[in-house]
Amino acid sequence: MSEVLVVEKVRKAFGSEVVLEDISFRVPVHTATVFIGSSGSGKSTLLRCINLLEQIDDGIITLDGQEISAVEANVDEVRKKFGMVFQAFNLFPHKTVLENITLAPIHARGIEPEQAIAEALELLARFGLKDKAEQYPDRLSGGQQQRVAIIRSLALHPRMLLLDEITSALDPVLVNEVLSLVRDLKSDGMTMLLATHEMGFAKQVADEVCFLHKGRILEWGAPEDLLESPKLPETKDFLRRVHEAGRL
Amino acid sequence: MGRNSGDSSGVTPYDFGGQWQPSSHELARRASRKKKNNRNAIIATLSSVVVLGSLAIVVVTSPGWKSLSDTFFAWAYGVEVLPKIILGFGTNVVLTLIAGSSVAILGLTIALLRTSRSPALTPFRILSTIYVDLFRGIPMLLVILLVGFGIPALRLQGVTNNVLVLGTIAVIITYTAYVAEVIRSGILTVHPSQRAAARSLGLTHFQTLRHVILPQALRRVTPPLLNDLVALIKDTGLVSILGVTDAVRAAQISSSRTFNYTPYVMAAIVFLLITIPLTRFTDRTLRKSIERQNAQGNA
Repeated sequence: MSEVLVVEKVRKAFGSEVVLEDISFRVPVHTATVFIGSSGSGKSTLLRCINLLEQIDDGIITLDGQEISAVEANVDEVRKKFGMVFQAFNLFPHKTVLENITLAPIHARGIEPEQAIAEALELLARFGLKDKAEQYPDRLSGGQQQRVAIIRSLALHPRMLLLDEITSALDPVLVNEVLSLVRDLKSDGMTMLLATHEMGFAKQVADEVCFLHKGRILEWGAPEDLLESPKLPETKDFLRRVHEAGRL
Repeated sequence: MGRNSGDSSGVTPYDFGGQWQPSSHELARRASRKKKNNRNAIIATLSSVVVLGSLAIVVVTSPGWKSLSDTFFAWAYGVEVLPKIILGFGTNVVLTLIAGSSVAILGLTIALLRTSRSPALTPFRILSTIYVDLFRGIPMLLVILLVGFGIPALRLQGVTNNVLVLGTIAVIITYTAYVAEVIRSGILTVHPSQRAAARSLGLTHFQTLRHVILPQALRRVTPPLLNDLVALIKDTGLVSILGVTDAVRAAQISSSRTFNYTPYVMAAIVFLLITIPLTRFTDRTLRKSIERQNAQGNA
């Protein structure tokens, strides 16, 4: 199986605080790798590093065999290959749903506006949001906003998706509509990297789960192994606390 | 129906079916509120009439009233000089339009320079910072005198001695410093996550600025910018010190001829006719902008 993303020995520190240390993993094509771990374990920073929103302090990141952590890598070109979705949606409040989705295709991909609109409407229709095309984001529910944010990243035809705790800002009823969209994308063969607190969802969608603890990958494996029979005390402790919080 | 009577012993405790009728309790509450409101309205009217009325009587019957109204409110004379003042006010309006549009362009440029992080722009960033610090700290009258009288004194080849042009330049120099800071503060209030989202979509720095940051920033600073426009209209009157025949100067000429100050009052009224509607408009824009931000906060 060919690898889309390879991360080798990545390190990231903010000043003297080391946030990521010795991070290595691979994401094969059409698979989903899920990062779990408590808040502050470095999940979000890892995703931001991969998308070059943060500069890494050591290590190598390659996408389709090309080193994107190289100094001479074209940052804007690299970012177009990732579809990044944030915890807080980060839709553009001054633009309609349709404009949010077509902005990057028109300006970053340079396709004709008519085609961008047609593609966007097709995506909206596919995910049941066609009637929201002309609305502004603040008129939508949290779940709808996050689905629009996912569609916005899909409109760039990304090589893979980076989903950063995309349901953490949603109330439980709305979580499902977002997760079922991600499940659909997974079964369509989209390669993805997720950070999540939703263990049930991780079990369904993940091909591999990595447990991140204080900036290191402590344990990794198939979801049924890692989530049901973890080996390390830290992993057990984390899963027990999540379980107690009523999420498992 | 349980809700209407306050009796919740019905079969269905949450009966949302029937047509809602206000309860007798609510009706009594409304009647008492209405009575209180009516009483307040009567008190407000009475006290206003008494206070403002007696103030007017005191002013008009005071011994100085006759000379005051002859000196400041000689309406016949005022109407006589009004055409000259309005003609002069044309200069203020033209000056406001030219200075306003120049300030908008230059202020935006300097705000962008000061918020950019490009290493190539470092010298310009330093210059803009010095410029803003300098011209926000100097009284505008001084800048007008320096430019309007100082530059002709240099006797430079090919540089105009036209005081209207020099006065306008002085106004532009001063206001650009203020407006640049207002726009810069607007740019800084756009949350960094917006930039992160735009950059993660592959938009370049400039595209992010153009399509994501600036539209939000400018919308937020529209009320303070309109405020600056009102101030600009008034401050164009300061170029009269250079001998430009604007509304202020026109009033001054008429007034010094007769030692009657009605022309100044007329000039003030002409300014108010423009600035009061603009101030109201600014208030409305501010209110709308606050409402919009609150709506976003709730979403």
